[in-house]
Amino acid sequence: MNQALNDLGESIASALPQAVLGMEQICDELIVTARAGAVVEVLTHLRDDTGCQFKVLVDLCGVDYPERERRFEVVYNLLSLRHNQRIRVKIQIGEDVLVPTVTGVFRGAGWYEREAWDLYGIPFADNPDLRRLLTDYGFEGHPLRKDFPLTGRVEVRYDETQKRVVYDPVKLTQEFRNFDFLSPWEGMNHVLPGDEKAEADGDEAGG
Amino acid sequence: MAAPVPIAAGPQQREALALVTDEIVKKGFVIANMDKLAGWARTGSLWPMTFGLACCAIEMMHTAASRYDLDRFGTIFRPSPRQSDVMIVAGTLTNKMAPALRKVYDQMAEPRWVLSMGSCANGGGYYHYSYAVVRGCDRVVPVDIYVPGCPPTAEALLYGLLQLQKKIRRTTTIAR
Repeated sequence: MNQALNDLGESIASALPQAVLGMEQICDELIVTARAGAVVEVLTHLRDDTGCQFKVLVDLCGVDYPERERRFEVVYNLLSLRHNQRIRVKIQIGEDVLVPTVTGVFRGAGWYEREAWDLYGIPFADNPDLRRLLTDYGFEGHPLRKDFPLTGRVEVRYDETQKRVVYDPVKLTQEFRNFDFLSPWEGMNHVLPGDEKAEADGDEAGG
Repeated sequence: MAAPVPIAAGPQQREALALVTDEIVKKGFVIANMDKLAGWARTGSLWPMTFGLACCAIEMMHTAASRYDLDRFGTIFRPSPRQSDVMIVAGTLTNKMAPALRKVYDQMAEPRWVLSMGSCANGGGYYHYSYAVVRGCDRVVPVDIYVPGCPPTAEALLYGLLQLQKKIRRTTTIAR
């Protein structure tokens, strides 16, 4: 537990009792959970308060948790050069719920919000230019949502008769398969296909 | 008629060569197969369109830089498709980029060739199952040479270009 961050969190929570829902420290990083409607108020406070001075919006991103009732999170990562500190603000929102834009607080948030809109479909109210940013022109869907199929729905090819690039429904010769049974990053304790019986016997001499 | 026998080196060969040289000097022309000559000229000045899309482009730059020095093959990168003979598709071709790639290819003057560089351009590679990537640039443009690798080394690209030269020498014919 970092005492300086703890104090910072306490001061933020006491200054904005209505807006801050909770806070925690993970790996010496302060994470503040805020009410979605009050995010502008929270970020303005973090930017302007003399004890905070978080003047840099390092990143803004979306997260998808499909099992939750309010499935999306928007995460704001801030940096205070004055105090050499970082803070992470999170809000939770449901699908098709408008999030107030923070372009009024940080001008640079515009394209981050475009990216989050493009990839997650999180709509930001009053963003001056909420178009798609990364995906193809006329792309349908939001590819970083967990329910978006990995290979998408269309693929392109050049059509010799129409003399242009056309879109077709995806046709894969070989479906995507995950062969990563022995990834060292997963802990090496997976059951290999065909080894289920050895486990069921309770045989200690497994290898 | 019997097949011509090469003359061994020596005074006899020198005499024969002098005879031919005198003939050329006197009449002022040489004879060659037009298609062979055109093929030779084309292989010696393959100007690639600079079309770096991803990390393969770095390796393409290495091939062009001093150690491998594409210039010595007459290969000079051009910034315009109008001046290019060959397009090196160096990197991942995304759906969004595909129409632009095709447009650049269409703007190149005939005769033109395409060299697909690296796994991504060959068949999607690492991004084969991605929603945003073309599974091989041969879905968009006709490819002459595929260079495997991820990314291919500078030597590999150079070898691919030499193979392309070989292909051009082999296939160049003058259309009548």
